[in-house]
Amino acid sequence: MITALAFYLFAAILIASAVMVVTARNPVHSVLFLILAFFNAAALFLIAGAEFLAMILVIVYVGAVAVLFLFVVMMLDIDFARLREGFQRYAPIGAVVGGILFLELVLVLGAWSFADQADDLRLSPNPGGGLTNAEAIGRIIYTDYVYLFQAAGLVLLVAMIGAIVLTHRDRPGTRRQNIGAQVARTGTISLEKVPVGAGVKELGIRRPPEPEAEAPKVAHDAGHHGHGGHH
Amino acid sequence: MTPAIMAMGGITEMEIGLAHYLTVGAILLVLGIFGIFVNRKNVIVILMSIELILLSVNLNFVAFSAWLDDLAGQVFAMFVLTVAAAEAAIGLAIVVIYFRNRGSIEVEDISTLRG
Repeated sequence: MITALAFYLFAAILIASAVMVVTARNPVHSVLFLILAFFNAAALFLIAGAEFLAMILVIVYVGAVAVLFLFVVMMLDIDFARLREGFQRYAPIGAVVGGILFLELVLVLGAWSFADQADDLRLSPNPGGGLTNAEAIGRIIYTDYVYLFQAAGLVLLVAMIGAIVLTHRDRPGTRRQNIGAQVARTGTISLEKVPVGAGVKELGIRRPPEPEAEAPKVAHDAGHHGHGGHH
Repeated sequence: MTPAIMAMGGITEMEIGLAHYLTVGAILLVLGIFGIFVNRKNVIVILMSIELILLSVNLNFVAFSAWLDDLAGQVFAMFVLTVAAAEAAIGLAIVVIYFRNRGSIEVEDISTLRG
């Protein structure tokens, strides 16, 4: 009874927030309703007994994907009013296509039933025996599905590299480390024989020649400090 | 659904059946496709609609997994989640560089992305 009430509550909020995602005027509101939809979907997963996936949904979708959407929507300075042109024009087409699709789905689900041998055809039956959902999933993704698991990791790696390569740009004026130039330095680095106990302060640290504009100041300070001129 | 399968389902209360979950999944799928149609100009909302569609797929996977007591469905749903996250990251990266170059994200202009 409680389960049924909870299911109907979460399902209603899920569908209502999904409606708001696609019809909200402001995309920021769309993202926030998307987050609400994910939370309610996670609750539905919990009711179905998939605790691990419910938590993954909250962490991955709410914590990463939805925040990524929010970040992009807020970062880009977009004229959203102009993007909403044609909403009324396309709404009937969308409603017709959606209605047809929904009717088809209802027809398919109405005429469908489990096969008689469905129990025997199960790929990885739930071990049961007081094992939690996360334990049961952990037992199979690192054994039966380990290659798929690694492949999923590769997909994420490629996505990460792709996103970095796509959005990275060289801005003029920023100074970056040039490893080649560092390694190729010759002559300016030398060993000094420092008297024991005297320390480098006595000698003054020899610094590589500075750019021409600051050259006199550096030469003046070198005797006192060794550090490039700050006084 | 055979009684044997009903008895071993993940949920003991039989008020909420598999059909409930499949209905919610179907409504979510239809809403996602409706969203793609009505927000034809806004790529970001289209990406969010695709996320809704993938969520409905996951809902179906989890529902069948729970009712057949077969964990393979939940593992597959996890992989769908992975691909959805990768797709969102790449899609949003493309949106960002497209906006940087063109100053708008209208879908109709995106054919200039080629070449």
